[in-house]
Amino acid sequence: MAGAAGGQRVPAIELRGISKAFGPVQANRDISLTVMPGTIHGIVGENGAGKSTLMSILYGFYKADAGEIRIAGRPTQIPDSQAAIRAGIGMVFQHFKLVEPFTVLENVILGVEDGRLLRPSLARAQGALKRLAEDYELHVDPDARIEDLGVGMKQRVEILKALYRQADILILDEPTGVLTPAEADHLFRILENLRSQGKTIILITHKLREIMAITDTVSVMRRGQMVATVATAQTSPGELAELMVGRKVLLHLDKKPAAPGRNVLEVENLRVTDIDGVERLRGVSLTVRAGEILGIAGVAGNGQSQLLGVLGGTLRASGTVRIEGQAIDLGARNAGQARRAAGIAHVPEDRQREGLVMEFLAWENMIFGYHHDPACQRNRALMDNVAIRAMTAERMERFDVRPPDPDLQARSFSGGNQQKIVLAREIERNPALLIVGQPTRGVDIGAIEFIHQRLIALRDAGAAILLVSVELDEILSLSDRIAVMFDGRIMGERRPEETDEKDLGLMMAGVRGKAA
Amino acid sequence: MRDAMPKWADLVLIPLVSLVLAFALSALVILAIGEDPVAAVRMMVSGALGSTYAWGYTLYYATNFIFTGLAVAVAFQARLFNIGGEGQAMLGGLGVALICLSLPWPHWALALPAAALGAALFGAAWAAIPAWLQATRGSHVVITTIMFNFIAAAVLNYLLVNVMRPIGAMDPATAKFPPGTHLPSLHDLLAPFGIAFSRAAPANITFLIAIAACVLVWLVLWRTRLGYEIRAYGHSEPAAIYAGIRPVRIVMAAMLISGALAGLMAVNNVMGEAERLVLNAVEGAGFIGIAVALMGRSHPFGVFLAALLFGFLYQGGAELALWTDIPREMIVVIQALVILFTGALDNMVRMPLERLFLALRRGRA
Repeated sequence: MAGAAGGQRVPAIELRGISKAFGPVQANRDISLTVMPGTIHGIVGENGAGKSTLMSILYGFYKADAGEIRIAGRPTQIPDSQAAIRAGIGMVFQHFKLVEPFTVLENVILGVEDGRLLRPSLARAQGALKRLAEDYELHVDPDARIEDLGVGMKQRVEILKALYRQADILILDEPTGVLTPAEADHLFRILENLRSQGKTIILITHKLREIMAITDTVSVMRRGQMVATVATAQTSPGELAELMVGRKVLLHLDKKPAAPGRNVLEVENLRVTDIDGVERLRGVSLTVRAGEILGIAGVAGNGQSQLLGVLGGTLRASGTVRIEGQAIDLGARNAGQARRAAGIAHVPEDRQREGLVMEFLAWENMIFGYHHDPACQRNRALMDNVAIRAMTAERMERFDVRPPDPDLQARSFSGGNQQKIVLAREIERNPALLIVGQPTRGVDIGAIEFIHQRLIALRDAGAAILLVSVELDEILSLSDRIAVMFDGRIMGERRPEETDEKDLGLMMAGVRGKAA
Repeated sequence: MRDAMPKWADLVLIPLVSLVLAFALSALVILAIGEDPVAAVRMMVSGALGSTYAWGYTLYYATNFIFTGLAVAVAFQARLFNIGGEGQAMLGGLGVALICLSLPWPHWALALPAAALGAALFGAAWAAIPAWLQATRGSHVVITTIMFNFIAAAVLNYLLVNVMRPIGAMDPATAKFPPGTHLPSLHDLLAPFGIAFSRAAPANITFLIAIAACVLVWLVLWRTRLGYEIRAYGHSEPAAIYAGIRPVRIVMAAMLISGALAGLMAVNNVMGEAERLVLNAVEGAGFIGIAVALMGRSHPFGVFLAALLFGFLYQGGAELALWTDIPREMIVVIQALVILFTGALDNMVRMPLERLFLALRRGRA
């Protein structure tokens, strides 16, 4: 590489004055960033801070309005992802871009087959893959089909794909979102390996713990600007959080001990079989009492979604569920209305798919699922849109939804504000039981604080809360009791003060807990 | 984040610019076949809007298109593509004919509601089977409704030739409806106000019913729980299920309303114009309804405007074919260009306009 010979080392990546606007939104404003080769550089920032835009510019998805990109000291134009790959940049997306029915090997060579015939390419890739696996501890069966692999393995395939294309710079976007703690640890070992072999890694994450654990340097973005770049050793999670939000934040939640009352939710031997005949819930039993939060920990896809679906009335199941002693009908189709009548409020895991109609206005979403309420009707035929608008405006004020405009489409709010709309709708009903999935997924730190406080307040007001989250931090800080789900079963139960991430992580990986 | 454009630009300016582009291209085509586009436009405008006679035809066609356009629009709000408007309107005609011929109606004011009910019921019934198959079996409504168009044509053919044709009549059509079912034309309606409207034009009181249908559809979609659920289901089925909305019910409701609206068209063409049921009475209006709904963005007000435009094109095109060497097919080309520009090429117009508005706003800021 040119220029690398001198005494001073040349940065692997150097961005100078990068700006990018989408319409009226300035996503990146005059961003400069220098990443030295052989280092792991973290980029943190709230949702919408501009991290993904910046990386998309680096990977050739967007063209910057202004600014310069230098790769290994050389000014480089990156008009598309092919150019990024030629420049030695590889990207591991949060949502994997793999062809599910293809094998690992076929996925790896996809787009870089050298010739019309597949066989020679595959043979060459086989050898290359073997070397990569040995060099970087990246072992994957090259003949396995992607659809048969777990998330951690799929991620390794993505990394292999980048390395096979001779990437020297690897960008990982929220890589640990779907991993167990053990899988995340393994990923970090792989990254450290890559670093020691001279690769440069950019890690985008919102988990400050990971930043502290693995990065050498870290940059903080806020509202499209790069507000700080510091050596990781010289900073703290508190300082980073403050830089991200622009004000002091509570990383630890103050809450009173729970005062649990009567049993509100009793679940016995719940079983769900999905459309492919796979049993997703294999006899789940649990209780949640008034005034307590039961946290369900687990890696995504171990039955938590089905548990929420059954309780929320979108899935049919066998077994018993009682609310305040009253058994509910688990065989009915589309029982959402019946569940709401029974006093269950549901904040779904995927607010954009289920919890909101993205094209609906805020006020139309504020009654979604409760649109049969007498309060929403003007007379027998027509709905009272004026009253609903007024009610929405008032709730938006109280839940600090920004901007507090009932006539905006749900899609024009940020993730955090969308979630506040859902929460306002469900919490304001004073439900006996609130079931809530991933309450802070894709939500910025400032809003996380607010949402957590609301959940605690609802608990203190005497509601029973069932919390499903893949964020262990969240489970540990909110829950009064923690149950771990693995493969459709409850693996064990813990009190937050008597457990830690390692203990929970073992149970999440299917190692049976001591108290189970 | 604010939308890039003001709402009026989205609703009015974009269709208008698309329309101008479509007409410009049409003009080039007319030039290419050696005719004079300016003269053609003049001919179309005078033929469709130049006299009350012309208006009478334009509004008559527009009435048909309002009904079929609304039919497509309502189904589309539930993300169902009902392309069976043609068959549903044919069956609506059967309903109208059966009711008009069943009694010696004393006055149109009695016959009209009964015939409208019959038209709506028959249209809805014809939509009900594809709707049920879609709702419970997942058979795609696009496939089934288009197949039902052919079945409807065959059924009507059979009935008109073998059952309903008066003894001794040569053409496959029903007997003329009794005089008590004659609907007042716009001429009759406007005469008391001292407005002289052409007596020969077919536009009739059904035009007012069509306007009422637009208002009613708007009320149902945006002011009732059923409309709320239809729109929610149309935007996101998982969200609808989360909210406890029952998909089967919504699919049935949307398709039945859609079929009833398509069926209602028969009040205009069968009862109001022909005054008997003939073969192929619908004449493709069911399919034009798709274009009308597309251009009207599935909104009743947009459907109304688009139906007027297509009524103009239809009538103006007929005049063009009658008085010039420009073939009748040319008007199909123009219609196709309008659909292409307003529907398929929406982004081609939208993107530059959005950029323009942004630039303007920045200039002001």
